[in-house]
Amino acid sequence: MEDWKSSKNVFWTLFTPGSIWLFVFFLFPLAFLLILSISTKAVVNGEISINDYCYFCGLTNLSNYVRAFGGAQIFILWKTIWVSAVATALCLAIAYPIAFGICFAPARWKPILLMLVILPFWINLLIRTYALIAVMRTQGYINLVLDWLGILKLFHGGNPFEMLYNNSSVIVGLVYVYMPFMVLPLYATIERLDRSFLEASLDLGASQLTTFLKVTVPLTMPGIVTGIILVFIPCLGTFLTSDMLGGANAIMIGNVIEEQFKTANDWPFGSAISFLLMFATLAALGIRALLQRNSKGVDV
Amino acid sequence: MTTFTPRFRPSRRNMLKGAIGAVGLTFMPRFSMAEEEKKLNFYNWDTYTGETTLADFNAASGIEVKMDLFADNAELFAKLKAGNPGYDLIVPTNNWAQRMIKANMLIPLDHAKIPNFANYDPRFQDATFDPGRKFTMAYMWGTVGIGYRKSKVDPAPDSWKILLDDDKFAGRISLLSSGEQVLGAALKYLGYSYNSTSMDELNKAKDLLIAHKKNIKQFGADNGQDLLASGEVDLCLEYNGDIVQVMKDDQDLDYVVPKEGSNLWQDTLAIPVGAPHPENAHAFINFMLDAENGKKIADTIQYATANKAARELMDGAYKENPAIFPPDDVLAKCEPGLYLGEDAERVRDEIFTAIKAA
Repeated sequence: MEDWKSSKNVFWTLFTPGSIWLFVFFLFPLAFLLILSISTKAVVNGEISINDYCYFCGLTNLSNYVRAFGGAQIFILWKTIWVSAVATALCLAIAYPIAFGICFAPARWKPILLMLVILPFWINLLIRTYALIAVMRTQGYINLVLDWLGILKLFHGGNPFEMLYNNSSVIVGLVYVYMPFMVLPLYATIERLDRSFLEASLDLGASQLTTFLKVTVPLTMPGIVTGIILVFIPCLGTFLTSDMLGGANAIMIGNVIEEQFKTANDWPFGSAISFLLMFATLAALGIRALLQRNSKGVDV
Repeated sequence: MTTFTPRFRPSRRNMLKGAIGAVGLTFMPRFSMAEEEKKLNFYNWDTYTGETTLADFNAASGIEVKMDLFADNAELFAKLKAGNPGYDLIVPTNNWAQRMIKANMLIPLDHAKIPNFANYDPRFQDATFDPGRKFTMAYMWGTVGIGYRKSKVDPAPDSWKILLDDDKFAGRISLLSSGEQVLGAALKYLGYSYNSTSMDELNKAKDLLIAHKKNIKQFGADNGQDLLASGEVDLCLEYNGDIVQVMKDDQDLDYVVPKEGSNLWQDTLAIPVGAPHPENAHAFINFMLDAENGKKIADTIQYATANKAARELMDGAYKENPAIFPPDDVLAKCEPGLYLGEDAERVRDEIFTAIKAA
C-alpha cells in the first residue's frame, strides 16, 4: 500500500474538506458549549443580563454542574438512562428475529424486506409520532378495532384502553422510531455469519438453544453492540417523543436541555446538562471498549 | 434614463440592475419610502393574520410581505437572541416583549407613522410592561383558563379548584407545559399574585401541584384543545383562543376564566433591532390597526382584538362571546404576566422542573 507521505497533495486534498467540516460544524460549536457550560450570565448595572455571558469569569466555575447535581436534573438523567436502556433492550429483542428472518428469507424477498425496514425514514419523525398518537389514543385505531371485535366488552367492561401519556407509551414510541437502527447492523452481521458453524455445533450435539447462545450470539456480537449504541445514544437525547407521547411524569433530560435553551433562557446551564449527557454517552462507549478488551478474539 | 454619475463605471450586469431599479422607482406609490425595497419579513404565529391581510397590504402599498411562523415565544426569542436573521416585524407576548425591551432587542416605534394608534381601546394605549407604548403595539389579547366538556363536567367549573385541588377528574386533566401558566394558575387559586416572587408563596403553589399531580394526564405543549376535542381529557388549562377554535366544531366544549382570576395576556407588534425594513414595518402596523383591516383579522382568527374601531364593526356573536371577552368582574382579577428578571425566572424554572420530575 502506498504511503500517504509520498503523495501529500492527494492526502491534503482529501483530508482538508472533511476536517474543515468537522472543525467548523462540530468541534468549534462543541468547544463553545464547553466554555458556555463553565460561564455564568454577566451582571450589567447590578442586574443579571439576558443576553451577555461572562465567559472567562473563572475557568474553575463549575456552578452549573453543581446545580445539576443538586437539583431534580440528576434524577431525570438517571431516569432517562433507564428508559433508554429498556427501549434499547426491547429493540434488540424484537429486531434480532426480524434481522434473522430477513437473512434467511428467499433472495428475491430480501431487498423488499430491507426496504420495508427503511421505509419509515421517508416520513418525518414528527408526523410519525402524530400517527402513533392517532393509533394509540383512547378513541384511536387500536381501541376502535378492539371495540369492533368485541374484545373491549369482553375483557375491559366496554371501556377503551388508555395507552398514551405514560412511560410505556414513550418506550413504545422510542422502540418504533429507532428499530431500523437496530435491524440494519444486525442484518449486516447475520448476513456474514458462516452457517457451517451452526451446522457443526448442531452436528456435535449442542441443542438449538446452546448453539444460539454459544455460537450465534458471540459471532453476531459486533452487530449487537453497534445496534445498541446506535439506539441507546439517540434515545438518551430524545425530547420529542417524551414530549408528545409522555404523561405528566414523562420529562427526560432532552426536555430539560430544550427548556434551558428556550423558555428558561439559561444557555450556560443547558450546556452543562448537555455535557453531563455527553459524559453518560462516553461512559456507554467506555463499556463497549471494555467489552472489546475482554472479548476473546471476537471483533466487537 | 440612467442616473449614474460619471465616475461610476458600471459593468453590464450592474447597469441592468440599475435600469431595473430605475423602472421600479417610477411605479412606486407616492407615500412610500423611496430608500427601502418593497419587502417586509413578518415573523408571526400560525393562523394569526387575516386571510387576505398580506394581499390587501400588498395591493395598497406594493410591499411584498414574506411571513415565517414560530410556535412559541421561546422559539422567537432564541432565534433573535443571537442576532436578527432579517425579520422586520415580530409578535411577542407581553412578558417576552418586556424581556426583549430589557435586552435591547427592539427598536423604539415612531408614533407619528402610526396614526391609527387612535383606534385602540384606551386601556391598550399604555401598558405596565411597556410604559408609553414606546416599543410595542397591542395586537390581540386574551386569557388563560379552563377548557372543558360540558356533558362530562357538571356543574360547570368556575374555580381553579377542579383543575388543581380536586380528585374528581383524576386522569382526565391536562395542563400546559409552561411553568409560567401552571404556577400562575396555582398562585391565583391560592389568592396570590400571578407574578409572585415570594419563595413562600411559590413553594405553596409547588406543594399543591405536586400533591395533585397524579390527576394530571399530561403537561401538553399547547395541545390541550386537541386532547379535549378527541375525548382524551375532560378538562384542560389552555389559552382561550385555542378552545374557541375547537368550540366551533364541537358544541359540547366550553371555556371559562376561573373566578380567582388568571393571566391576561397580550400579543404585541414590535420591530426587532437590525430589521432591514423598519419603515415598511411601521406602514404594516398602521395598516393592521385600520378598522376595516382589523375587523378582517379578527374575523379570521377569532381572538379578542385590542382595536376598538375594528371591534365595533364585528357581529354580536363575536362581541358577546364570553370565551373571547370575559365578564368585566373576572377581567378585573386577571393580571398580565410580567418579566420578573433572570433570577426569578430561574427560580420558577427550577420549581417547574421539580414538579415535572416529582
